[in-house]
Amino acid sequence: MKKTLVNTLLLSLLIMIIPTIVVAEDHHREPEKTEAYNPTPAILHHIADSYEWHLWGNVSIPLPVILYSEGNFDVFLSSNFNHGESKVVKGDRIYKIDHHHIIEENNKEFINISITKNVASMMMSVLLLFLLLGKTANSYKNKKVAPKGIQAFLEPLILFVRDDIIKSNIGPKYEKFTMFLMTVFFFILINNLLGLTPGAANVTGNISVTLVLSLFTFIIITISANKGYWKHIVNPPGTPLIIKTIMVPIEIFGIFTKPFALMIRLFANITAGHIIIFSLISLIFVASNNGENVVAGWSVAPISVLFVLFIFLIEILVAFLQAYIFTLLSAVFIGLAVKEENH
Amino acid sequence: MEINGIAAIGAGLSAIGAGIGIGMIGGKALEAMARQPEHSGMIQTNMFIAAALVEGVALFGVVVALMQG
Repeated sequence: MKKTLVNTLLLSLLIMIIPTIVVAEDHHREPEKTEAYNPTPAILHHIADSYEWHLWGNVSIPLPVILYSEGNFDVFLSSNFNHGESKVVKGDRIYKIDHHHIIEENNKEFINISITKNVASMMMSVLLLFLLLGKTANSYKNKKVAPKGIQAFLEPLILFVRDDIIKSNIGPKYEKFTMFLMTVFFFILINNLLGLTPGAANVTGNISVTLVLSLFTFIIITISANKGYWKHIVNPPGTPLIIKTIMVPIEIFGIFTKPFALMIRLFANITAGHIIIFSLISLIFVASNNGENVVAGWSVAPISVLFVLFIFLIEILVAFLQAYIFTLLSAVFIGLAVKEENH
Repeated sequence: MEINGIAAIGAGLSAIGAGIGIGMIGGKALEAMARQPEHSGMIQTNMFIAAALVEGVALFGVVVALMQG
């Protein structure tokens, strides 16, 4: 159990670090110049990653920006950018924020490994995960006492993931995949749930994070697949040659679409949930035209809040469901790859 | 961009497809569970897998619509 914990931490750290290097997809668009209130920029601002942790109004926590270029690191707080209005001069380099991205004025190359909002949020969730699971693991030292506290909550969940997801889909050789799948389940679950708290970052709704998670699944499927799996892809037995010419390309394409679908599914589900919640809240501001018509705003508000409450409850279900689906499908794909032939 | 609503129509169409697909999966799974309650755990797992696969295709449509604005 202790070894599993250390491995869990290492894997979580890896998952945390890699997305900062992968260039994040940004859905920024120019705000439209119309008279009516347009909620789109505010919504996209809330679901996107940023260099500062915006809490409310003008209050935001500055996060460290770390830029690497030609052997030296430029480290400074994101508050130096003054919300994108100032430029930061470091030696012969001038950094500025353009469309939520840090760029160098003379287009010099650099690698951005900043602690962004998503990375900071992931650090917190990994710490929380480590504390919760560590406490659970430690409480097994005293075997005579019945589970209580956080252990009593997590034990059924861990057993459910192990027995119903991992064991039943991978088969007898399930043990070496337990570490990865258990980590993925709890990592997605805790980030989904933390993402629903007000002011938190949208970690699992960031396509770089889900890309890395599904990349791990892809690598594990590819390196643990047995001979039968590859044989069925490259040369399906008992198939006429003319069908093979169609089937083999589709099967090879299928190797990549499985993890790709995992990536898109988690990203789109969580992002769509956040957009729906923000859209329903925005209805108040659309109706009142950003505070001009107070009566209309107050009359829409109760309906809007009720709908938001309803969607929030659904999103808690979705948080569990998506963690379950990601782990389940990963287990099914790994199970297909390691299954022994019995015909 | 002259036509603004076209992406929303695409998202709606993909939602219709997913709705029909997941509805059929859920309905058939319920029928199967009512006939053989002793296998309901296995049916439920397979129902989730099939629903997730259908939903995945629908979400591709939604993501494309989102990118087009």
